[in-house]
Amino acid sequence: MIELWRGLEPRARGLIAGFFAVLLAAPLVADRYLVSVLTLVLYYAYVGQAWNLMMGYAGQLSLGHALYVGLGAYAAALLWVHFGIGPWLGVLAAILLAMAFGAVVGWLGFRFGVEGVYFALLTIASAEFTRIAFDNMGFTGGSGGLFLPYQRERLGEWWNLRGGQLVFYYAALALAAGGVVLAARLSRSRLGYQWLAVREDETAARSLGIDAFGVKMKAVLVSSGMTAVGGVFYAFYYNNLFPAQIFDIERSIELILGPIVGGLGTVFGPVIGAFILTPLGESLIALTARLDAPGAKAVFYGLTLIAIIYVRPNGVWPWLARLLGLKERAP
Amino acid sequence: MTWSIYLGVVVQGVLTGLVYGLMALGLSVIFGVVRVVNFAHGEFAVVAMYAAFLLFRELGLDPLVTMLPIAAAFFIVGFALQATLINSFVGRSEHEQFILLVGVAIVILNGLLMLFGPDARPANLPYAFDSYAIGPLFIDKVRIYSAVAALAIAAGLFAFFRYTVTGTAIRACADNLTGAAVVGLNVKRLYAITFGIGLACVGAAGALMVTIADAAPNLGPAYTLLAFIIVIVGGLGSMAGALVGGVLIGVSEALAGFIIQPSMKSMFSFALLIAVLVLRPHGLLGRRA
Repeated sequence: MIELWRGLEPRARGLIAGFFAVLLAAPLVADRYLVSVLTLVLYYAYVGQAWNLMMGYAGQLSLGHALYVGLGAYAAALLWVHFGIGPWLGVLAAILLAMAFGAVVGWLGFRFGVEGVYFALLTIASAEFTRIAFDNMGFTGGSGGLFLPYQRERLGEWWNLRGGQLVFYYAALALAAGGVVLAARLSRSRLGYQWLAVREDETAARSLGIDAFGVKMKAVLVSSGMTAVGGVFYAFYYNNLFPAQIFDIERSIELILGPIVGGLGTVFGPVIGAFILTPLGESLIALTARLDAPGAKAVFYGLTLIAIIYVRPNGVWPWLARLLGLKERAP
Repeated sequence: MTWSIYLGVVVQGVLTGLVYGLMALGLSVIFGVVRVVNFAHGEFAVVAMYAAFLLFRELGLDPLVTMLPIAAAFFIVGFALQATLINSFVGRSEHEQFILLVGVAIVILNGLLMLFGPDARPANLPYAFDSYAIGPLFIDKVRIYSAVAALAIAAGLFAFFRYTVTGTAIRACADNLTGAAVVGLNVKRLYAITFGIGLACVGAAGALMVTIADAAPNLGPAYTLLAFIIVIVGGLGSMAGALVGGVLIGVSEALAGFIIQPSMKSMFSFALLIAVLVLRPHGLLGRRA
């Protein structure tokens, strides 16, 4: 970590430290609503980061990441509801379960050479298959949903993610910051460069002796495990889980818009993307509330997406970084 | 007599599947030629459903008739969309095209939600519950009509691609883009025509769909996925494959809904999709890429 920090130019160090300090202190000045919006921003920054490792670095387009969010959420929530096992331990089960599913999807895809759009469809099909399975499974609550009970006496147990908005805000901040550090480290590691090689030209990478299959499997495993942690957060933040919501393809799409808008294959892209999209969505809700037309917000949202991808196909971050006078080391 | 019940379910599945197949045909044509995955496909189908629904409710026009003007209107929309927006995304990376069309899908879905609200709108055709008795089987009239219409349109499309100059030129673009450009074909215009044709298929299929399902905005993503499954199972780019895939999915959904339970019927479609992707990625009738 220290080496990473040293590797940054002074200007970048200042900006990162300043930004982080602002986020740390934000609850002191921000009201409850703003803190809840920031919590969401940080959550999307984190899960976007997890997806970005697989797509942005290793070049594998997954449109089914809701699968890993849902599995993580259900694993931790079931352990908590049925056995009283807290999320600090449940998160391990969540990671392992999501990685197991990730391994199956990855193996099916990479072993049988399912690529590009076809791989994306494989990930969608896996998520949808699991959604319907959970809809019809008794012990997870089925389509009726799974609810985490409200226990007044446990509200102070922040280590069990039981508490008020602040607990979740700082948990999300820790996740997002951890995600950035992990992505920065991975992108400068041997594995990170192997991912880039496979993304750019798999045949060339293999001819250099890179085990493309193994490298891609590692990408799925890291990404699915990370995403599952986001799922655990989701479960304890919202306290209710419905297969039709958490595994839905809309969730997968929501999750990947941030990194694409922010900039694929960059460490700060997912963060910037989340900071653009989530507040945009929230302010559109506020603006269109008077229209009394459900869907008005999402129409503007869709139009914004079209505009952003039309004008800045590489994402906002590379352009912003230049504006701030930073050079993101081109991966 | 149980066999006749099963047979009845299978026949209904085949007939519905042909309409599904027509919708998927649009997706297949677009992907096969323009190489853009239309993630807004199902949403367009739902727009056509609402158009047919409104024309029927306000003017009393039968969806089997209004299908043709709706398809024509959709052709124009598709042509314009490709000419203005999508052409600049051809050849760009998959995720950029994906975001563009997801944006289009979100706008359509929620536009419908704004205009019509979330409730399902049944068309209530006067002959919706009529059926023909063929031997021991009772088959819904509407399903037969819409299946025949879907087959006729597919046949027309097949003839267009086979025997007309424009159709041949479009096939040339699909087979060898550089070659097509070298011999002087206006690729961008042909792409726009292709996208128009693809949407015309969806428009016709959506109008037919109104006779067998209620129009509702949230059908959009479900139909998009359905079209994908059909196209992949049948083989992307294969016209006959789209119809065969449609029939296969129609039958498997009808049987699964009848034998197990309706809420699990699409689970089999997704399982089939996974199996086909892994074992036979070029689909049942597709050519190996």
